[in-house]
Amino acid sequence: MSVAIATGLYGISFGALSLSAGLGLWQTQALSALMFTGGSQFAFIGTVAAGGAEAFAAASLLGVRNAVYGAEIKALFQPRGAAVPLHAHFTIDESVATAFAQQVSADQRRGFWTAGLGVFALWNLFTLLGALAGSRMGDPAAWGLDGAAVAAFCGLLWPRLNSRNAWLIAGIAAAVSVLSVPWVAPGVPILLAALVAAAVSQVLGPSGPPESRQPDDGSGA
Amino acid sequence: MNDQIWWWVLGASLVAFLTKLAGYLVPGEWLERPRVRLTMTATTIGLLSALIWLNALENDGALRVDARLAALLAALVALKLRAPFLVVVLVGAATAAVLRQFGLG
Repeated sequence: MSVAIATGLYGISFGALSLSAGLGLWQTQALSALMFTGGSQFAFIGTVAAGGAEAFAAASLLGVRNAVYGAEIKALFQPRGAAVPLHAHFTIDESVATAFAQQVSADQRRGFWTAGLGVFALWNLFTLLGALAGSRMGDPAAWGLDGAAVAAFCGLLWPRLNSRNAWLIAGIAAAVSVLSVPWVAPGVPILLAALVAAAVSQVLGPSGPPESRQPDDGSGA
Repeated sequence: MNDQIWWWVLGASLVAFLTKLAGYLVPGEWLERPRVRLTMTATTIGLLSALIWLNALENDGALRVDARLAALLAALVALKLRAPFLVVVLVGAATAAVLRQFGLG
């Protein structure tokens, strides 16, 4: 349950930052209840100032790794019929990591659902609390909420910088996106970053031992 | 923000769900291919990195150095010191807020 609690606390950050990004209470809650994948949610609110389409693109791109999780859980549990979409919605970093941390099959299922449902409940609850706090905050800039958003993304990326190639890709993507800002329409820099990162990774190839999974340190992305 | 954003909120949520679902429906072998995994990992890193730096430096279609960059640097220090996520976020907020109190960005 500690995974669920740690992750729930991210919800406060998300809720407050979503409000300061200009979304409403219901929109914020909808993201936590319907999208329910932290990294994509933060990407959405981090990009929405550039436009809805850009936010849509950024969120969608950041969510692709959940497809890999889906394949892994499918291999593990082999759900059938209506159980498939049910498993899908709760397929997130935490539920997958918890399931794979167990040895026995029954524990794996229990782990998946405990983490999945627990995170869902706490994530949504804390999103609401954060959003309510955010809605009462007045000027987000005075509270430094934009600084908080930048810090939040740093926190989400940090655990992933586990190899020289990771740092290289992060650096190149950052440089390309920032340098392109004066030249292209809003929202394009972030898409360039994704493109360049994908391209560079093909050139660099894998770095060191295969990465099995995102580290389970409650990064909640 | 106007109600137009609702369509994007719901649309992006739907795509997020369909992406998760895709993992259950497509042949597992395709997603396990090293090249595919490599691309996904790299894309995630690149996007997050861009989100960090764009949110720190971009303002209305141009680049601007202000309290947000300081927040970024403070956050990196906090992360290096192994601070938990919420603390990192608070450090970022506090840095920006304090600097602004002093009229700096």
